[in-house]
Parts: sequence; C-alpha cells; structure tokens
Amino acid sequence: MTIDISERIRAYAARFGAGPYKRPQPLSGHLHALEAESIHIMREVAAEFSNPVMLYSIGKDSAVMLHLALKAFYPSRLPFPLQHVDSTFKFKEMIEFRDAIAAALGLELRVEINEDGRTRGINPFDHGSQVHTQVMKTEALRNAMTRHGYDAAFGGARRDEEKSRAKERIFSFRDVNQGWDPKNQRPELWNNYNTKIKLGESIRVFPLSNWTELDIWQYILEEAIPIVPLYFAAERPVVERDGQLIMVDDDRLPLHPGETPELRRVRFRTLGCYPLTGAVESDADSLERIVLEMLTARTSERSGRLIDHDEAGSMEKKKREGYF
Amino acid sequence: MSIESSRADVIDRLTQSGGQGVLRFLTCGSVDDGKSTLIGRLLYDSKLLFEDQISVLERDSRKHGTVGDEVDFALLLDGLEAEREQGITIDVAYRFFATGKRKFVVADTPGHEQYTRNMATGASTADVAVMMIDARKGVLVQTLRHTYIARMMGIRHIVLAVNKMDLVEHSRGRFHEIVADYLRSAEALGFETITPIPMSARYGDNVTRRSEDMAWHTGPTLIEHLEELDVSSDIQNQPFRMPVQWVNRPDLNFRGYAGTVVAGIVRPGDTIVVAQSGQTAMVERIVTADGDLVEAVAGDAITLVLDHEIDVSRGDVIAEAAARPEVTDQFAAEILWMSEESLLPGRSYLLKIGTATTPATVSALKHSVDVNTYEKKPSRKLDMNGIGYCNLSTARPVAFDPYQQIRGMGAFILVDRFTNQTVGAGMIEFGLRRASNIHHHAMDVSKDDRARIKGQKPAILWFTGLSGAGKSTVANLVESKLSKAGHHTYSLDGDNIRHGLNRDLGFTDEDRVENVRRIGEVGKLFVDAGLIVTCSFISPFRSERQMVRELVDESEFIEVFIDAPIELCMERDPKGLYKKAKAGEIKNFTGFDSPYEVPDSPELHIKTADLSAEDAADQLIAELRRLGRLG
Repeated sequence: MTIDISERIRAYAARFGAGPYKRPQPLSGHLHALEAESIHIMREVAAEFSNPVMLYSIGKDSAVMLHLALKAFYPSRLPFPLQHVDSTFKFKEMIEFRDAIAAALGLELRVEINEDGRTRGINPFDHGSQVHTQVMKTEALRNAMTRHGYDAAFGGARRDEEKSRAKERIFSFRDVNQGWDPKNQRPELWNNYNTKIKLGESIRVFPLSNWTELDIWQYILEEAIPIVPLYFAAERPVVERDGQLIMVDDDRLPLHPGETPELRRVRFRTLGCYPLTGAVESDADSLERIVLEMLTARTSERSGRLIDHDEAGSMEKKKREGYF
Repeated sequence: MSIESSRADVIDRLTQSGGQGVLRFLTCGSVDDGKSTLIGRLLYDSKLLFEDQISVLERDSRKHGTVGDEVDFALLLDGLEAEREQGITIDVAYRFFATGKRKFVVADTPGHEQYTRNMATGASTADVAVMMIDARKGVLVQTLRHTYIARMMGIRHIVLAVNKMDLVEHSRGRFHEIVADYLRSAEALGFETITPIPMSARYGDNVTRRSEDMAWHTGPTLIEHLEELDVSSDIQNQPFRMPVQWVNRPDLNFRGYAGTVVAGIVRPGDTIVVAQSGQTAMVERIVTADGDLVEAVAGDAITLVLDHEIDVSRGDVIAEAAARPEVTDQFAAEILWMSEESLLPGRSYLLKIGTATTPATVSALKHSVDVNTYEKKPSRKLDMNGIGYCNLSTARPVAFDPYQQIRGMGAFILVDRFTNQTVGAGMIEFGLRRASNIHHHAMDVSKDDRARIKGQKPAILWFTGLSGAGKSTVANLVESKLSKAGHHTYSLDGDNIRHGLNRDLGFTDEDRVENVRRIGEVGKLFVDAGLIVTCSFISPFRSERQMVRELVDESEFIEVFIDAPIELCMERDPKGLYKKAKAGEIKNFTGFDSPYEVPDSPELHIKTADLSAEDAADQLIAELRRLGRLG
C-alpha cells in the first residue's frame, strides 16, 4: 500500500477525534437527505437492539456506511463492533486497508474465517464460485452471527443493485436459521421500523437501501472518504478469462494453458474475492475521473461479480440461504 | 478519457440532476394497466439502464415476456422469482432514476385488493401518486380504492395516467369522459392537485416525449410534470418536533439527545419542552459531526444539547415549548389492518409511534370503511386490508399531532405481541382526553394495607384449558382448602360471569376477547381488595391471558394450565357440550371448531389425566406457599 493512502486514513480518523470536521462546502441537497435517513436508521438500531454489529466488507459501500455511523453517533464512539467475513481470497490491498482503517479509528474489528472450509482447502478454482461462496462467505457469515449472538447486522446493500434487492426491506427479518422469506416480509411504513424479534432471530439492516451507485461515489467525493486504492486505475497484472479481466493478486491463481499475466491499466468497480471480481480497463485514477466515467458507463456494477451470473434470480436464492 | 475536470465541476454535473431535490412517487393500478411497463419505460428512456441489464432484459423477455418479440419492460421490475412466474407484482419495489432536473424514487405496488397493505406501504413515503387507468376500461372500483388509500396516507398530489390510449384510437373524447368520471369521485377528497395525462406507456407517448397522435393534449408529459411539480409542504412552518432516538453520552462532560427533526425549525436559544413530562429547557447547541449548526430543520438528523439537565430518554418528544403536541392515552385514529389474523377490539398490541413503544388496545371500533364505495359500515373486527376508525387506549401516554398535519407525529404501527409481525398501521386524527385529566385519585387505604390485615398476598390464579379438562373442579377445591385455612378468596367462573356482567357477549373471537378483558378487570379489582381470586375460563388465546397478566403486578398472576387430552375431555363432557358441538348445535366450540392456544410457560402445568383433583389442588397450594402468597 502506498504511503499516500495510509496518510489519508490517518487524516480521516483525525476529523472524528479532535473536534468537529469543518466542511469546505455544504453537502448536496439530495445527499444530505440520504445521509439523514441513514443516520436515523442506525440510531434506531443502536437504541433498540442489545447486540448489533456492522458487517464491513471493505468496499466503497462499507466505507460510506462506516462514515455514516461515525457521524450518527458523534461525538460518541461506535456503539457496535465491525465484523468482516474473510473468504481468504480477498485482494491483499483490501486486508491492508481494513486493518489500517480499524487501527486509525480505534474500531473493534472482528474477522471471521470458515476454518473448516480453509482446512478442506475450499477455493473458487477447484470447487467453483458457488461452493466457494456458500462455504467461505455464506456459512462463515452464519457462523459469525451465531458465535457472537448478534441480534442486528448492518449491511451495505442498495436497492438499485439488483432486482431482488429492490423489494428488500430496510429492516429485513431473518428467522432462527438466518433465512429470508421474501413472501413473508414485514410491511414497512414511513420510517417507523419494527425491531421486535424473539431469541435467536435477527434483523439485517440496510441503511444504504435508497442510495444509488452514483450517490455513493458523489458522497465519497464530497465527504473525502478514503477507499481501497484498487478502485483507481493503475497498471495491474491481469489475465482475460470468459470476457472478464482477472487480477493475478497472488500465486494461488492457477493459470490456464496459454495464459500469461499482462500489465493492463485497470480498476475495479466492485471489490470481492479477487478470482471472482472482474476488472475494467480504465484511466480513471482519481475520484473525479471515476465519477465522470460512471456518468458515461454502460455496465452495471454487479456484472463484475461472477457469482450473480448463473441465472436471473440467483441473488434471491443466495439471500434465502443467508447471503447478504 | 482525457477530460481534466476540477472537483467542483464534477460535483456541479452530479448535482444538476438533484437540483430540484428528490421526488418520491407511487404508481398504482391493477395488473394489466401497465404500471411496470411505465416504470420500465422511464428507466429505459432516462438512459439509466446499463448494457448488461438490457441484455438480461432481452433474455428474460424471450423467456417470460408477454409482448411477443418486443422488450417487456415490466420484467425490469418484477424482481422476485415467484412474481415473475405468476406475472404479477406482489410486493413493493423501489426504483431509482434521474433526469436533468430531478432525482426520482418510484414505489411500484400491486393493485389487487389483497395487496392494499403493500400500496399503503409505498404511499407512506410518497409525495405523489400516479393513478394508472386503462383507457379501454375507464375508472374502476379499484381506482377509487387506490385514490382513497392515497388520501388516507396523506398524499396531496395525483397524476391521473390514462394509459393504453393507442388502443382507443387516441380518442380525446374517451380521455375527457374518463377524467370527468374520476373527478366526480376524487374531487371531494381534497387533493391539492389532480393532473390528467393521456399516454401510451408501451410506446413512450406522453411519458418522456410528446405524442404526435395526441397533439390535442396541450398539458405536460408525465416526466415534465413530475420534474416541475412543487411538492414542498409547510412542514417547516409547523412547530418544532423531535422524537428522541438515542441519548448520546460519550463521557461525563457531554450529554446530548439524538434524533431526526420531524417538523419545524430549532435554533440555539429556543425554549423547548419534553412533551410527556412538561419539563422545559433551553437549546444550547445543535451538534453534528460537521460542526455545530445555527439551525436545524425538518429532516435533519442532529444531537441537541440542553442548557441544564432534565429527564429525557428514548421515546420522549422534544417540542417547541410555546406550541406543544397533545399528550394523551386515548385517541381516535384510522387504522389499516395488515394481518391475516383479524384486529380484535380489546386485544393488546404493541404500538410504536415515533420512537416510543407502548402496549395499546383498540377500545372501540367505531366503523369500518368500504374503500370501494367510501361507505361507512358498522364492524366488530377488521380483517386483512380492512380500514376502520377506532378509539385506542395506550398503557402509557403518547405525544402526538394529527397525522394530516405532521405525518411523523401522527403515524404509528401496531405489532402483534406474540408473532412480532407488523399487523396494523394507524394515522391519529385527534385525542379523546388529555392525560393530565386522568390522574388516579390516591386513596388512603392501599392494596398492601388491605392485604396485610388478611395476612396474605393477593393473586389471580388463572385456570385455563379445554372444556372438561377439570378447571372448575380443581379451582373449587383450591378455594375451599384456602378458605378452611383462613384465607380470603373469591371465585370467578363462567357461571357467575356469563350470566351477569358478560351476558351480552357470545362466543365469536371478538366476544371471547372482550369476555376475558372484563374478567381480567374484575379480577384486578379483587386483587386490589387483597383477595386470592380463582378464575376458571377456557381463555383460548395467549394474547388475552397475557393481557390479564399485565393488568396486575408480575408476582400476582399465576397461570395454571389444566391440561387434558381432548379425547378425555369429550369422554367426560360434564355439561354435554361436546355432544352438542358434534351435533352442530353450538358453533365456535374450543378444541372442536375453534382454536385453543396452549400456554408457553405457565406457572403450573397440571395434567388431570395423571393426577387427581385433590392432588392437583394440594400441589397448587404448595406452590402458593412457596411463592409467599399465603403470608
């Protein structure tokens, strides 16, 4: 990781420490409204649940969610820990960024790895993306929820991401098996959220439900929120596979016959497990350029995630099983 | 990309579409009116669809589509697999798009009567309702229903989207006929604007571009109208209101009250009042992570610091001292019921208003509303999707303003106390009495005094179980044993209650609830008098037993589950009731054609198949002694 990002993280942390941050100019009107809505949601959770957690995935949406939480409870510290589910195939830079953020802000960060899956050597190459995701992400998340007994978990999902997300509640009820029943969702009126659950049940809370991808980028820009450098274009070693550019982040990526990693100027629009996340060729090496690229972009962000491609409706299936 | 842009330029470009802020609208109409097609068209034409979304859409159109080889825009919206297979929208979906002038959030909701609750959900956060009408069919019963719900939920602007004009030869006459028909019903409801637009969503006519085939339409296209419509309300001119969400206390030197302003404006120096307690203070600071504010307005999420310490906690409403909200434990409200289990007057629910949660009951269902004809009908219960005018009574006083004046201060949800489902949504109309008038007159002799001279601690022994399980037999033995031992007791059972106090009640679910409520209140009075009261009633519903439990102190309610298999009860049949039920002579007989909900955790569980009544009574008395009720 470059010196630059470490410094940025330290400077960022300082603004929630010493005294209030003075904005250079007022936040855009619609972002101000979205921010207030998210803060309201987070405060409801902090007040009504006994053991909430923020699921932190290190990506840009998590960066925004964390930022909103820091604002919601200012000048208090976060009244809940961060939980990361590490599939062991995240980009190296993501893990470095995660640890730097947690240290600089003094956050309680919990990391869950499915040790059983690791022992069995589950990986996306030999077992396919579905099995890998099921074992190292979905099961690991369920293990974390059970181990720590969380009764509420914030997630950074947005309704504009995918069709089945569009009908997701902001407070989304999960039964004792952490399953989601799309036909039996609680009606959600106004901003009056039903937080009642029985022992063992939980609620997934999505404070970014009403944000769009563009809103996220604009907010990161206006609020100067640090994000993982992988979002910015740089020369990176990649191979082209099934029309996707896969970064060779470490030597675990088996190269197919005839494949040679080549340096290309790429960036990531979404971050996950490196073998499952496609890069896009880009020159956008600053937030401003990313946003400009976004404004003319014609590929939606989840298309960089191989796990959604199996068939339409696949996200709904994963969610029923406990995936975020 | 070689464009060098300064940060400010980029923000400018981003913000221009948010210049007019965000407009939230709702589309309503029935399955075939073209709602989803309209929204799909808006997303498509606003160039917000990405290439991969379009390719998925084209693939899905071939698989599930209903419009031949053309792109079926509706498939963009019907997200859940079940819906796609059935071809209907069964839940609320939220969609986002933007034009050069404004950002939009669309709530797409289903049209059938059984989905009224979904429409209300979408309407609860919308500024505008787009009412879809099929030009061939004209105004339908469901159009009136949707219009009523929109009004009830506080929507002030209607767009009457007369769709499928291509199928009526773009007839101007037909359009005007439909508009006149609609206005006859809707005008009386008092919307601020009703804007009729003839359109053809499938082809985009008068949606995003003017229709050449309907050149006679001189008004705006749908998108022009939505871009320009002024939905600003007078919420900032209302008195200041902020329900307290969370007490912000990082250390001993800082104490702030975090919440979202729901109405009005607050500035440092303002005098505020805590509505429920009446304590006043001055606002010292308005704290945010971006620095202190000189003022905060409706919609802002803030933390207030007051000039001196007063008692404030979650659920309190901080309000302008000179214009306080009403505080009451009894009010009238319009309720929309959303559960398959009917609303029963007398049953206890959890009511959440703002940040306050309190047990509440519907004390009277004044009438229900037929949303298709707007007629008022007398009712004894509300079924799923029913709408009714009710009086509610809360366990603790709540602070409110009428819903139509300040949405955020008059809206509440009702939560089932056992399933935790959100079962009702309510809009407060007015208070029935002020809480300040109902202080109990403190008597010189207290419950404790009365109990002390009897040398016992009062209690309700609540015997529940099937008819013929042995409730009265055991209760009778318990009372006679206690009485012999010198204790002061009383027995309530079907014989002395059903023939007198409750002789006006039958055996429907509603009447059973009211029956138990009255018995509970009488039992409570006897407890107040210092007596040990045995109550023997089938009392089939958990909710009502819980309600009685909450009427008295925690230690004073002892639930005794008299358990016997139904076969045994039928064999005993002491009153010949099972025989009559089998013969069809009595209806709603518990265990037979009416449900019995087994207690989750009774204080005592007695199986009369294995235990004699005598032993059961002794066991119960031993338990009373152990609990210290017998002095």
